[in-house]
Order: sequence, then structure tokens, then C-alpha cells
Amino acid sequence: MRRLGALAWALWFGYAFLYAPIVLLIVYSFNENRLVTVWSGFSTKWYGELLHNEALIDAALVSLQVAAASATLATVLGTIAGLALSRFGRFRGRTLFGGMISAPLVMPEVITGLSLLLLFVAMEQVIGWPDGRGMTTITIAHTTFTMAYVAVIVQSRLSGMDGSLEEAAMDLGARPGKVFFVITLPLIAPAIVAGWLLAFTLSLDDVVIASFVSGPGSTTLPMAVFSSVRLGVSPQINALATIIVLVVATGIFIASLLVARRERQRKRDEQMALQAG
Amino acid sequence: MAQPIRKPTRLEPWQDPAAVPYVRIERVTKRFGDFVAVDDVTLNIYRGEFFALLGGSGSGKTTLLRMLAGFEQPSEGRIFIDGVDMSGIPPYERPVNMMFQSYALFPHMSVEQNVAFGLKQDGLPKAEIRARVAEMLEMVQLGAFAKRRPHQLSGGQRQRVALARSLVKRPKLLLLDEPLGALDKRLRERTQFELVNIQESTGITFVVVTHDQEEAMTMASRIAVMNQGTIAQVGTPTEIYEYPNSAFVAQFIGSVNMFEGIVAEDEPDHVLIRSEQAGCDLYINHGAAVPLGSAVRVAVRPEKMALSKEPPQDATGRNLARGVVREIAYLGDVSIYLVELATGAVVRATIPNVTRRTDLPITWDDEVYVTWRPFAGVVLTQ
Amino acid sequence: MNAIRRFLSLGRGLVVGVPYLWLALFFLVPFLIVFKISFSEAVLAQPPYTPLIDWVMGEDGGDLKLQLVLNLTNYLRLLADDLYIAAYLSSLKMAAISTLLCLLLGYPMAYAIARAPAERRAALMMLVILPFWTSFLIRVYAWIGILKSNGLISNLLETLGLTDGPVELLYGDVAVYIGITYSYLPFMILPLYASLEKLDLTLLEAAADLGCRPWRAFLTVTLPLSLPGIIAGSLLVFIPAVGEFVIPELLGGPDTLMIGRVLWNEFFSNRDWPVAASVATALLLFLVVPIMVFQHVQGRADEGEARR
Repeated sequence: MRRLGALAWALWFGYAFLYAPIVLLIVYSFNENRLVTVWSGFSTKWYGELLHNEALIDAALVSLQVAAASATLATVLGTIAGLALSRFGRFRGRTLFGGMISAPLVMPEVITGLSLLLLFVAMEQVIGWPDGRGMTTITIAHTTFTMAYVAVIVQSRLSGMDGSLEEAAMDLGARPGKVFFVITLPLIAPAIVAGWLLAFTLSLDDVVIASFVSGPGSTTLPMAVFSSVRLGVSPQINALATIIVLVVATGIFIASLLVARRERQRKRDEQMALQAG
Repeated sequence: MAQPIRKPTRLEPWQDPAAVPYVRIERVTKRFGDFVAVDDVTLNIYRGEFFALLGGSGSGKTTLLRMLAGFEQPSEGRIFIDGVDMSGIPPYERPVNMMFQSYALFPHMSVEQNVAFGLKQDGLPKAEIRARVAEMLEMVQLGAFAKRRPHQLSGGQRQRVALARSLVKRPKLLLLDEPLGALDKRLRERTQFELVNIQESTGITFVVVTHDQEEAMTMASRIAVMNQGTIAQVGTPTEIYEYPNSAFVAQFIGSVNMFEGIVAEDEPDHVLIRSEQAGCDLYINHGAAVPLGSAVRVAVRPEKMALSKEPPQDATGRNLARGVVREIAYLGDVSIYLVELATGAVVRATIPNVTRRTDLPITWDDEVYVTWRPFAGVVLTQ
Repeated sequence: MNAIRRFLSLGRGLVVGVPYLWLALFFLVPFLIVFKISFSEAVLAQPPYTPLIDWVMGEDGGDLKLQLVLNLTNYLRLLADDLYIAAYLSSLKMAAISTLLCLLLGYPMAYAIARAPAERRAALMMLVILPFWTSFLIRVYAWIGILKSNGLISNLLETLGLTDGPVELLYGDVAVYIGITYSYLPFMILPLYASLEKLDLTLLEAAADLGCRPWRAFLTVTLPLSLPGIIAGSLLVFIPAVGEFVIPELLGGPDTLMIGRVLWNEFFSNRDWPVAASVATALLLFLVVPIMVFQHVQGRADEGEARR
């Protein structure tokens, strides 16, 4: 019990460490003072200014579009990749494929960004596409690196899942394609959703890669924020941060409510099964 | 354990030389890299049989079953089902259905939908599907649970759904992978009888994989004992138990006493084996066609042994061992006696408790005579 | 009959082919291009590097020849100029220290969550992951407000009378350590937790039963068994941290040398693509071994989970 006390301290310290900056951002977003860290009064004027900041709003729209598109594309590709790695056994080129899937998870972003830009430039020279850099190139870049995360999530879910369900379906007469859509897909649906959300978040958050592969008129929100904060603190960014935190927290709260409800339902079902005998 | 009553006019197709096997496994070998899981196995299974593949882990029985189902392809050899060569045919095109060890019920579908799944793949009209599913659920007594999901069912109920799902397509061959493994003892017994009844009423050929000898002996019409990828012996439960063809099979099924000895006499009507281990001559009342002087083993089942504190009337000294009772295990219906012979060998005797005395007639450290009849011994050359 | 088997592999081949081709084109090929361009020279042109292979006219207007120019000056520069080597070493050092800090803070946290009652674990893990879903950039930015002079900590220390004037914690190596540890902490905790959660508690009970004191049991049973988690978490932090750009740029000072910044500056400030490419190639070479170790650990973890 004494040791548990020390552990609990470590845990709470860790949480404080993780959340203190976020809490501070929220608090300072209501600081009237432009010198963000010197409190002079409560005010919501920065939120007002933020909503009129056209540059930031345009950037936000670009980011959202790119994130939605790349997340969807990454989810499709990543799910197929996860399926292949988990269920296709040893196929030719599997080692290389597995390597290409896990490398983006740890690859420094400057390398990914630079290499993709050089690719786009070379491609434009040789085949004339992509025509300049912009939202398309950012989408392609984001899809490439987020797809690895989706693949890992799907693969891990599939590996934990009994392969006998798919075998049973085949045994009952379903062809492999049918098995995937009717049996496998519904069962990994939560993993796919999680993957999409993760890819969306990663895309929305990326500044380095986007900086390399974007073009005129396709500034993403992180890029705009980055150039703004390079010069120091900025109260509008605090307001933006608060909004993001609130949206995310709400989303997670709703998600955990849904999960908790499903758990309660499941427990009730199991009770019912035990009573029926 | 009571044997389920079989109809006296039961066919024994394997005895009929004109019968055509329903399932022919012809010299099938399966390799995984360097590891040989199934080694040159040839087996014939006849229509309407309840056939068991019995063996420990690593014996290859599950691999063989999966090859019948189509989840693995043989490295060598061929498999015929109802005369059709199954090489290259995927599982979804075979007239075979399997009941999985983990049941593999689709968690996102109801009981009804699970059972209907196979019929849907065949494209049957909805009305017919509904009728057949209802009929099948009645047969396994789950009609009231049709709308439930698998996680709302108990283990026994899930097993019945799995059974219904695999039977509803009326396959030519039903494969069962350790069907009773996940059930508790009482449920296991009941389910054994149910499975046999279902098999007899539907007439479908069953092939069961199990490591549990009791299961195999109770349910199967014939058993194939497998060892390290090969078949040690194929036969009815009685044949396997009373006429094992090797020491492996004798020791695998039930308990057995093994005596080593040298063949002294071999005539058409008897075999005499000198055994130092048993401390006596072993006499068996039929010929064994073994060369004189060769080393053999004689297997005698514990229930064929008799114990007595007085010397037997037969003065020949054959099939007679003397020893001291070292251990007694009281099981209620029988008692198992471990008798240590003068030679150091330990003999196991199973004696039914025919009286209701609380004190045993023969007890620890008693000196006893162990005897058995001339028909009891089995000569094993392997 | 074998046609069906062939069709099956064809179908599968097509399915795998799509992500395979995508990755080959957009992940592998770019590395080759980076490698190729690292041999070029920077020029004022579009694109700003000389082509590697080119047709040239003969000396006296004779035959057209194919010319391959491998310019090694970029790599020589990397070796000659102290800046690059210092930046590489500094990056490795800073990444290593940050990984250690993450481990020291993350392990107790992961352990505490793994030992918490089962119903609470999901919520506790969620609290760890929640910050990760909010913008990474903005969380790093938050530290600016905390660490700068007249920032939170500075004001706190002044108010408590521990210092005479504003304290500048920002724009130095310390801030970068804090930043990296802060940002990558969830990446350390997740694999650690996964590893610790699988730990069979009866092993510790057996150790206690055999007379082992709790601390000793931890060192000899828990720690070794959680090693896969430690390795995975450390690699997940170390490898990307080496090439980290945003954190040193926002929180570090002009003396904070990290190779990610060097690469960025070569590219954006100096417009010297070939040198940037050579920096990237060299960085990749450094990281190849850890990356392969990571993939090996990943692969083994997946196989461990998979049931036949």
C-alpha cells in the first residue's frame, strides 16, 4: 500500500505535467492583456478577433478539406494493407511491404517532407503532373504517412481476432470477397473508425510535411499557426487552442459515453445468458 | 459409461468388400516447411459413419481435418469425397461443413442469421431458408432463442447453434473439431448422446477430431488412432481396446499392463512367453505367428486381472504373479490396486466393488496373487 | 481446379497491389530521388538543382554524349564543416536524453495505470491519450508562455522571491528537453502500458511466496518482462526525436543544434536543395539501424498476438 502511494503520486504528477500547459492556454485565452502571461482582466475579445481573422479561417478550411480527404483515402489503403499483413500469410514482397508500413511511424517528418517534395518536382518535370504544389500534393503526402497508422491499428485488431470466423464463413460457402465485406469488415469497424479519426487528427496537426509540399494559396492551419508563433506568444492562437481543446474533449467525452453504454448493455446480455442456462 | 444402444442391424460397411468408401484419403502428406504434420496417410471412411480421429497434440489429426475441410491443401496425395477429387477446391465449394472448436459464431448476427448464413450463400429462396432454419433450431431445441446474439447465450447453447449452422446445409460430410472440449463434464455426457442421435437420424457422415479417448470410444463407430502424423490403428472401439496392434495404441487407450518376455512356444492353439519381469510364464490361448526366441510384449488390461490372498487352484504357475499391494485408489464403483511384484514391476488391477463393505477384503501391504485368464493377454511385436 | 488457386492469388495480388504501389511510389521512390539529388549542384533555376544525367554536345560540336555527374561536394561539406557533425551528434544526444526522461516519467505512470482496478484503466488511459488528440503544435506553443521571461514560471519564481528578475528558461536546450519529453510522453506510455498490462500478476505472487521482497521482484520479474514495451516505446520516441524540427525551432535557442533545423534551413533559407538532400540521406543512414530494430520488434509483437 505504501508503494502504491508513491505510484499514485507519479501518476498525478504525470497528469499535471500533461495537462498544465493546456489548462494555461485556456486560462490565458481569456486574458485581456496582449502580453499574454501578465494577467490584466477577463475578456473574450481574442475570440472575436479570431473569428474575423480571414487568413486563419481560410487556412482552417484548407486543413479540414485536406484532412477529410487524406483520412478517407488513408483509411481505405491502410485497411487493405492491415488486412494483407494480417491475413495473407507470407506473400512475395511481404517483408518489404511490412517495412514500408512501419517505417513512416518513426520517420522524422523533415525527411518525409523533403523527399515527397523532390518527388513532386521530379514528377512535374517528367510527366507534367502534379501541376504545381497545392492541396492535392498535401493530400497525397498526408495519405502516405497516415496510412501507416491505420494499417497498424487494423492489423493489430485483426491479429487479435480469431481467424476461425472467416474460415467458418468460407466453410459455409462464402467466397473470400464476400467474407471480407460481410464478416471481417463489420467486426473491425471500430478499428477502422479509430483509424480514420487518427489519420484526420494527424493530418490536421501536421506542419512540417505540409510546409514542404504546399504551394501558393494552400496554407494549412498549422502552417499559419506556426508562422504566427515563431515570433512569440499570440493571444488569438490561445483562443484557437481553447476551441480545439474543447472540440476534442467533447468528442472524446461523447465517444466514451457511447462505449460505456455498450459495455453496460453487454454486461446485461451476459447476465441474461447465465440465467437462461 | 454406458455405450449408446446401437441398432442391432447396424451396417458395418468396412467389412463389406463391395462397399465404396465415401471419403478416400489417398497417401496424403502435409508439410509445413521442414515439419511433416501428416505423413503418408491412407484412410477410407464410409457413408453414415461416425468416425473419430484420436490423438494427442502434434499427432496431425487437426491438420488432416483441415485438409478435408479445404483450409489446407495436401503437399502430396489426394482426397476424394463421394468420388470427386478435392485437389485445389476451396472450402466454399466443397460439400463439407465444419463445426469449429471455438464455435466461430458470427457475433454481429443473431442465432437465426448465423444458421441461415450458409443457406444464403447458396442463394435459396427466403421462404425456404426460413423454414429450414426453424426446423434446425427445433432439432437443437433453440427455437426460443432465434433472435438472440451469441454473447447472450451460454456455452452449451452456443455449441448447439454451431451444430445447427453446420447441419442446416445437409452436407455430405460434417467435420467436428474437438466438439466437447469447452463443455463441463455433465454437459459433455449429455451432448455425446445428442450428437450420436443426431448423426443417426440425419445419416450424415461425421468425422470428429478429439484427444479424449472416452469421447471417441463413446461416440464413434470407428476410430483412427494417430501418432506423429501417421495412423497407428483403425478399428471399432472394441477392436482398438481389446486388439491393439502396437504398444503405442495399447498404452494410449485406457490403462494397460505390459510384460516383456521371450517367446518359448508358438503353436496354432497357444503361445507361451517366458517373462522375467512378470516372474512367470505368460500363456495365451491362440497362436501369434511370432518366431521362437524373439522378444515381445504382452498387454493385459487391468480389469482382466483378479486378486486373491489364497493361491489359485491352477498349479501350472502360468499367468500368475505374486506381489504386495502398495496403493489402492477407491473410485466408488471400482478400486484400482497397484501391486508391486517381487521382480520390481508394478501391476495395475481394476476390481469392481461388488460388496458394500466399508473395509476392503484386500488392503495395503497384503500379499496377493494376481491372475488372469488365457484369453486376456495380447501379444505385441511393435 | 488449380485455376481457382491461381485466381485466388491473383485476386489477392490485386488487393495488396494498390497500397503496395502507392507506398512504392510515394514512400520508396522519393528516397531514391533524395539520394540522387544529393549528388547535384544548386543552381538558380527551376528546379534549383543540376540534372544528374544529361545530354551534352561533344567538345568540338561532335556527337551527343550522355553525361553522368556525381557531385560529391555536398557530402564532403558534411564531413568538413563542423556544423553538420555537431548537429548530428547534438541531435542524437538530445534525443537520447529526452527518451530517458520519457522513460523515467512514463514507466511509473504506465505501471500505475496497469495496476489500477480494471474499470478505471480505460478512463486513465484515455486521460493520457486525450492531449495527444489536441494539436501538437499548440501544446508545444503553450510551453513558450510557461518558460519565457515574464512567463508563468518566471513570474512564479519572482513572486516567491526566489529570483530578482525575470528568468529566461526558453530558447535553450532545457526547454527543448522539456518540449520533447512532453510531446512524446504518450508514445512512451502506450507500448509500456500494453506490455505491463499483459503481465501475469500471479508471477509476482509466486515471487513473494518464495520470499522475494517487492522491490527485488520488480527488478527481476516485472522489469525484464516489460522489456519489449520499453524497447518499443524508446524507439517510438528516439527515432523521430532525432529529426525533430518544430520543438527546437519554437523552444530552442540559436545554439540549439538539431539536424532537423539544419535540414530545414538549408532547404528554406539557403535554397540549397542538394545539400538538404545530402543531410537527409546522412540522417537516414544514421537511423537505418534503429528503424530496422523497430520493425523487427513490431513484427515480433504482431506475430505474438496472432493466433493461428
